[in-house]
Amino acid sequence: MSETAQRTGPAAAEPAGGPPSSPGWGLVQRAGTVFIRQREATVFVVAVLLVIYFGFISSASSTFFTKLDIINITQIMAPIAIIAIGEVFLLICGEIDLSPGFVYLFAPFLMHYLIDFYGWPPLLAILAALLFGLVVGLVNGFFTVTVGVPSFITTFATGFFLYGLTLWTSHAEPVPPSPSVEGIGHWIGTYAWAMLTWTVVLVAIFHVVLNWTRWGLHTIAVGGNQLGASEAGVNVARLKYGNFMITAVLGAFVGLQVAFQVNTIDPSAGGFNAMFYSVTAAVIGGTAMLGGSGTILGAFLGSLVLALLLDGFNLIGISANVVNMIFGIAVLAAMVANVQLARLRGAGRVS
Amino acid sequence: MTAQPPEGAAPPASADQDALRVEHISKRFGAVTALVDLNLHLGKGEVLGLLGDNGAGKSTLLKILCGFQPPDSGKIILNGEEVSFKSVQHARELGVDVVYQDLALIDQLSVYHNMFLNREAVRWPLLSNRTMRREARQRLDDMGIGLKSVDAPVARLSGGQRQAIAVARSVYSNPKVLLLDEPLAAMGAKEAALILELIRDLKRKGEVSIIIVAHNYGQVMEICDRINLLQHGEITFDKLSKDTSVQELNDIVIEEYRRALQERQRSA
Repeated sequence: MSETAQRTGPAAAEPAGGPPSSPGWGLVQRAGTVFIRQREATVFVVAVLLVIYFGFISSASSTFFTKLDIINITQIMAPIAIIAIGEVFLLICGEIDLSPGFVYLFAPFLMHYLIDFYGWPPLLAILAALLFGLVVGLVNGFFTVTVGVPSFITTFATGFFLYGLTLWTSHAEPVPPSPSVEGIGHWIGTYAWAMLTWTVVLVAIFHVVLNWTRWGLHTIAVGGNQLGASEAGVNVARLKYGNFMITAVLGAFVGLQVAFQVNTIDPSAGGFNAMFYSVTAAVIGGTAMLGGSGTILGAFLGSLVLALLLDGFNLIGISANVVNMIFGIAVLAAMVANVQLARLRGAGRVS
Repeated sequence: MTAQPPEGAAPPASADQDALRVEHISKRFGAVTALVDLNLHLGKGEVLGLLGDNGAGKSTLLKILCGFQPPDSGKIILNGEEVSFKSVQHARELGVDVVYQDLALIDQLSVYHNMFLNREAVRWPLLSNRTMRREARQRLDDMGIGLKSVDAPVARLSGGQRQAIAVARSVYSNPKVLLLDEPLAAMGAKEAALILELIRDLKRKGEVSIIIVAHNYGQVMEICDRINLLQHGEITFDKLSKDTSVQELNDIVIEEYRRALQERQRSA
């Protein structure tokens, strides 16, 4: 289903032959139809079900709606959602990036080195860390697009390189961010609502980019029919380079955020886990792994689902070892629910 | 009966009357020679049928004419001026547009996004969907292409509708020369009639010269002014449609088939 077709609203006529009904009921039906036509609807339903379960049914319900817990959920969600933005763009145009978790890992160390060892001003060091993300994206783009290595391999390799680079240069020791950068750090990740705010802003911006700009349209076009798009004159290489760079910069940004939020630059942060959460969130949210379609809003809701699961089971007090099993099952169940709901949508009275 | 030499029955038009002239084009791919010293001309407002069997070099010639790849040698002369296309985009800017056999449509995108792909209406930084939707509607109506909605993804359309949209998309940029690659391939009679009518319309307006590439000449014969036959990378036959017939073309192709068969038997 194309995003475009849904976005353009009720182009298809209301189904004929429905039961006669009052105008009020008709309005509800209409609203229901518009809602269910959105691809994000299914993952939204899953998220609501999880909130109901953890908030009212489970043993965690007493703490679930406390301010502290809500903040905690947003802080789990933010890194997943922000990297997922980049992955959505890449998945749509037929690529994947396995490395953003390692850009996440290295970026705050780079900032730390530049401030504490080279005496750079904090703001410049932060910009350099983000710029480093751009460079990683450029390298990923170069080997994938220009040299022709599959992105799975390219980004696996750059990921490992960055992993080694981080452990080697940091001696695998955690460090706190320099006090001089604390002021900016508050705005990036330390303040209670900072992570959520950034997430919402970035999701909103990239939702618009995907759906209402040439960049987004061309990304979908390349994923749908790469040859066709290039025959129409779309610059496929530039587009893919750009999407790799977006993803890597977002990875760097998330790394800085988390470092400020937990006030530690941690050599065990990020990694493949961070990336897999994001790709999973994107796919749960309705992005096709084979390209051609996807939604930023869906990935955001997918991240919310993962964060709710991670936070909720923790609250219930399931032991850390068992929680992984349940998490695995729950992710699968969420995806199955999503697929079933999507099938309902496809088979039903809505197109 | 043997193949006709290129300077066959059709009168060679003078250069300044031609929308497009191709002179001594050659193209090789490694050991394979795709085109050999090929000459071709297309008059203004003319519809030229470029026929040939699979592997005769039709696709290669088409890709060269639309700027997708350069020839190894030879000249392309557009409206009396020698040109060399740097890209499809460049060729399009100079007035040569192509409708590919695979249509280059994006299934996931709506009709109007497909029609405007890579020449979108933009109110920076956002797409101007309303403008594109309205203009797509207008253009399709003008061309007599009945379509319920321009919002539907093209995946839901029939082969004929898809082809019509692809043609409409190309015509939108007012090309001087339009290349149609197998416009009737895998199409039912009704659908084919729709496309033929579309081409006839363009011909009536006379603003664009058209090359139709096809291997099923029966279907396109009636709409072409002139027929060129491409065999082994050369134009071996050049006649006005009214001076030839499906029968004559059949005979040439069958003759060629016989010869190939005999050669195989001899070498076996």
